[in-house]
Amino acid sequence: MSGQDDVAAVLPPSLPPRPWPWEHGRWRGLVFQFVVLAAVVGVVVWMGSNAWGELKNFGFSFLGNTAGFEISFKLIDYDRAGTYLDVLIVGLLNTLLVAALGIVLATVLGFVVGIARLSPNWIVSRLATAYVEFVRNVPLLLWILFFYLALIPTLPVAKQAVSLGDWLFLTNRGLFIPKLHWGETAWMVLVAFIAAIIGAIATTRWARRRQLATGKRPPDLLIGIALVVGLPVLAFFAAGMPVSLEYPELKGFNFKGGLALQPELFALVLALTIYTATYIAEIVRSGIEGVSKGQSEAASALGLSRGQRLRLVVIPQAMRIIIPPLTSQYLNLTKNSSLATAIAYPDVVAVFAGTALAKEGREIEILGITALIYLTLSLVTSLVMNLYNRRIQLTER
Amino acid sequence: MKTAIIAVTLTAAAALGGVAAAESATLKEVKARGYLKCGVSDGLTGFSNPDSQGNWSGIDVDVCRAVAAAIFDDPNAVRYTSTTAKERFTALTKGEFDILSRNTTITMQRDAGLGMEFTGVTYYDGQGFIVKTDSGVASVNDLNGATVCTQTGTTTELNVADYFGAHGMTYQILAFEKESEALSAYDSGRCDTYTTDQSGLFAAKLELADANAHTILPEIISKEPLGPAVRQGDDAWEDLVRWTFYAMVNAEEMGVTSQNVDEMLKSPSPEIRRLLGVEGDFGTQIGLTNDWAVRVIRKVGNYGEIFERNVGMGSQLKIPRGKNALWNQGGLQYAPPIH
Repeated sequence: MSGQDDVAAVLPPSLPPRPWPWEHGRWRGLVFQFVVLAAVVGVVVWMGSNAWGELKNFGFSFLGNTAGFEISFKLIDYDRAGTYLDVLIVGLLNTLLVAALGIVLATVLGFVVGIARLSPNWIVSRLATAYVEFVRNVPLLLWILFFYLALIPTLPVAKQAVSLGDWLFLTNRGLFIPKLHWGETAWMVLVAFIAAIIGAIATTRWARRRQLATGKRPPDLLIGIALVVGLPVLAFFAAGMPVSLEYPELKGFNFKGGLALQPELFALVLALTIYTATYIAEIVRSGIEGVSKGQSEAASALGLSRGQRLRLVVIPQAMRIIIPPLTSQYLNLTKNSSLATAIAYPDVVAVFAGTALAKEGREIEILGITALIYLTLSLVTSLVMNLYNRRIQLTER
Repeated sequence: MKTAIIAVTLTAAAALGGVAAAESATLKEVKARGYLKCGVSDGLTGFSNPDSQGNWSGIDVDVCRAVAAAIFDDPNAVRYTSTTAKERFTALTKGEFDILSRNTTITMQRDAGLGMEFTGVTYYDGQGFIVKTDSGVASVNDLNGATVCTQTGTTTELNVADYFGAHGMTYQILAFEKESEALSAYDSGRCDTYTTDQSGLFAAKLELADANAHTILPEIISKEPLGPAVRQGDDAWEDLVRWTFYAMVNAEEMGVTSQNVDEMLKSPSPEIRRLLGVEGDFGTQIGLTNDWAVRVIRKVGNYGEIFERNVGMGSQLKIPRGKNALWNQGGLQYAPPIH
């Protein structure tokens, strides 16, 4: 203490006065950091105390309560006597259906457009470019509303349904198709079907070995088709025809029976597909352009046609570049499917985090479950894609 | 000794109280300010809606105009504040306006828990259904198996579930996030019916491609009584707003209109004479002059006139009186007597 005073006394008086602590850069930094920290802690405490009030009766027993409302589209049996857990499952299946259809269709369309952008044909490549630039620069929600509101008025009313025999009916209430009615011994058909698929895969592998060994390939495709079609049919008759068809019938306002595929489903899948496909097309294009030109030239020197070069040489190598960003697009598509609520497609957000939430309250539990569902879906998708990615990675020896 | 003091205090309080009832703090403030502050919606046809010049009209607006006419003899001595559904109750209790007249449903929670008092039912609303006329549906009971379009997250969606469930009817529900999409889907034939508050259906009908091809079903499946509210704690002000509305309902019942009110001053009927302040001193009891109701009726009109002008046959909406007819004509509008 006194030592410091001594030093100050020795200093010449012409020196500027010692700056106040708050004029000092380090001090000011500390003060600001403290203020920011206090604000962050304050907000967290405030949110926590708000949530704490809700958490007092935290629990998931409400999932067993009767929901009491209908859901317009469901893949499993559900009526208003069902529980909130049933609502959750119905909504989840609806989300999965849209995501699965969207992923498959967007991948197919995306690959086609991505390859088309690199086509030597001027018209084809420009058309593909125009499609990508136009579609991806309009928000997805607008596409969903556009397809929905443009689609419905073109469909006929129930009484003037466009039909294909007694099988198919197309109305503004949806596309009605016969529903499979599963009897008690129907599991035998299912088992036969799975066995047939395993058999077909085994046949293909055996055929490939034969081809490598003898140069001749047995007709594995024919055998496979015979297996996949024949076995279930045999099982069907052996089990006493347990599977029957329930046909849709016009009753009152609407068709009853059968399976109704709603216009909401079509519009949503269509919008998600054409929108996500633009991104996938760009990923595919960049993947293909990322493969060294020498590979293509070497294949060409071996006498492969353009199609063969693409299929056998370029795309397998491009997949290594394509897969990681493609996974992100699959995740985006799955999460974007929650825009369903704009056109009343009953996905998990619309029925569970929407109607059930409005009816039961329980914000923290319901939103927590919904978030967890999307998280799980995303992690599973990532896992599968990463496994696939590892398989196709270049094996370096 | 103690008892005596209490007795004296009570007597004094009672004596003062008799006078204090007419001394409304809000009324004093409004008089000193020179105009009334009224909380309204941000635009709802028939209830409170501004025109291109910013002049407000509607049933809810006329409630405020009537109070202004009773106090100032000038229905235009009102300043309107648009308030959202979420803010409205806080804004009223914080004193941003003197009356909240914003198509507000009276519920126990709002009356008992939010520090406000409702002063009467200006419009009996309820959830209704609109259908295409050529569908042949004449009643809600014909809607068994129908596809219903509505808005998600509202009580409307849950009311449908409750009503159809209680009546053993099946239905398909399409719950949209926004009202505009729900209405578009109904208009293009995706749904058999669209449901919301019945007054909202009349406004929605105007937006449909062919408004004449649709019918609003007569039944309602929920109770939505709409009315103005004032802050708790100023009973005299509450009385003034309540009896201004009752005066308009009573005037309709007695046949007193804005056209004939001056002739009616000569009416021999004691009921009319009391209403118009020719007999009795009812106006001074609410802090005004005895001819307060004459000013209200002359400048704004009776309840029937207000209804027809804003939402009834004299308006775009063309809502029939229905439940809002007077009690002696099959409706629910009933005002206690001025006596």
